[in-house]
Amino acid sequence: MSKVDLSVQIGPLKLRNPILLASGTVGYGNEVAEFVDLNKIGGIITKSLSLKPRKGNPPQRIVETPSGMLNAIGLANVGVEVFLKEKIPFLKNYDVPLICNIAASTIEEYVECTRILTEEVTIKAFEINVSCPNVKEGGLQFGNNVAMVGKITERVKAVTNKPVIIKLSPNVSYISEFAKVVKESGGDAVSAINTLVGTSFDIFKRKPKIFNINGGLSGPAIKPVALAKVLEISRNVDIPIIGIGGIMNWKDVVEFMIVGASAIQLGTLNFINPAASIEILESLEKYCIENGIEKLSQLTASYII
Amino acid sequence: MFIINAPVEKVIELDNNIFLLKIHCPQISTIIKPGQFLNIRVSETIYPLLRRPFSVCDVEGEYFYIMFNVLGEGTKILAEKHLGDTIDVLGPLGNGFNFTGSYDTAIIVGGGLGAAPFPYLIRAIGNQKKVYSFIGGKTYKDVITHGIKNISIATDDGSLGFKGTVVELLKDNLDLLNSGNIKIFACGPNAMLRTLKEFSINNNFECEVSTECAMACGFGICQGCPIESTEKSDKYLLVCKDGPVFNVKDVVI
Repeated sequence: MSKVDLSVQIGPLKLRNPILLASGTVGYGNEVAEFVDLNKIGGIITKSLSLKPRKGNPPQRIVETPSGMLNAIGLANVGVEVFLKEKIPFLKNYDVPLICNIAASTIEEYVECTRILTEEVTIKAFEINVSCPNVKEGGLQFGNNVAMVGKITERVKAVTNKPVIIKLSPNVSYISEFAKVVKESGGDAVSAINTLVGTSFDIFKRKPKIFNINGGLSGPAIKPVALAKVLEISRNVDIPIIGIGGIMNWKDVVEFMIVGASAIQLGTLNFINPAASIEILESLEKYCIENGIEKLSQLTASYII
Repeated sequence: MFIINAPVEKVIELDNNIFLLKIHCPQISTIIKPGQFLNIRVSETIYPLLRRPFSVCDVEGEYFYIMFNVLGEGTKILAEKHLGDTIDVLGPLGNGFNFTGSYDTAIIVGGGLGAAPFPYLIRAIGNQKKVYSFIGGKTYKDVITHGIKNISIATDDGSLGFKGTVVELLKDNLDLLNSGNIKIFACGPNAMLRTLKEFSINNNFECEVSTECAMACGFGICQGCPIESTEKSDKYLLVCKDGPVFNVKDVVI
């Protein structure tokens, strides 16, 4: 038994600890199981699932940037049906909260994916990726439009009793306006932040380094931005926040919790050290013991400003 | 798959900015196969951030070698490693060459740093098969012959060996090699692999190629390294997990 209470509450969702593995950095769980005892971590969030399988973008999909990386995978995934048939059986072998991330091109597709997946008992919550192009509105991202984010939250909530988390885009002026509409529309929590839009060019060829031209920037380069966004939400909206953006070690976890996060997600770090989640958990417990913290969740929004 | 902080034994500078790094790592050295690769974190700092993939160059007992040229920050750090330093190694990764088949002559085709996986492959093939190697580069500076036997050389500018591409050189020498059952093993730039694909299919030679693509994780989770399958498919293959060695007929290069 752990001497420290590491458990956290994200709305109705209780987790044994705040360490979640981020969507797109753990596949469907099987590859990381070789490095991480899934029975110990707080939860895993699947690669974005869409109604039909998606092939994703041609190469080059990834480029390293100073203390970060740009990715434009293009939401490559097996689709909801194959996920349920081929990926869920493996995950049933573990005692790990499974959160399904959903991506879609229309509101109807978000709803349909959720409706199908909510039947599966292994799935404990949904995380909605709103940083997807809205096909019906000319390809603008859902996540840049407050009304649209509200509508998605409301429609998805209507077809599931499970907690719904909206993963917010940082590529907006005031992220707290989006967190507010999620709360008003019945959403249970927000994840902040998704990747920042960025690009990188080859100066000799004068061409973009990745096929999609723009990619999503992640890694420690974005941590200060993510912290500021989490703090902005925490100070303005009463909604549980899952902090994400460039976390590399236990100190980063503590920092995110202090500015307002109830739990956190490890993303890019999983590519570099797929065993990091367990190492961080052990260090967090040690930190709590050494600092007389009985309940890790006391850290959430404990900032002194 | 292991993640191991492995001690560096030494760094050897070959000619022209090409380095060999010798690493003591029995767990990996005893199981890694020619054509498989390692994803290496060059330092614990956040710049450079990602691991770098290197195919295994050679194995000697409990040691393995990687070969690299200094291109950026990561390889610069690697070149400055000394005895006593450690590096963080993830591996063995991917699928290697299938070199045990019924062919009797192995033809090695390497372009530039694409010669890196062949010392180990040639060592593994041993004396069971005849081995002929065709090594190419833009100029003599790009020709790497370390650990490779029976070499014919081609350079684009003619500064060393045959003037032209390594595949043109191979075509010119086809009569000499005509000894029954040939299998080609290749690694190099995509332009080279493309012409080699056409050549091997036209001549009905078995051909395996080691491919390259930018990647982050090296074991399938980042989905960063797609390669198009020749079969009609609703998904890409991944260089890291489905490759990096493919039967040339299976992939679009």
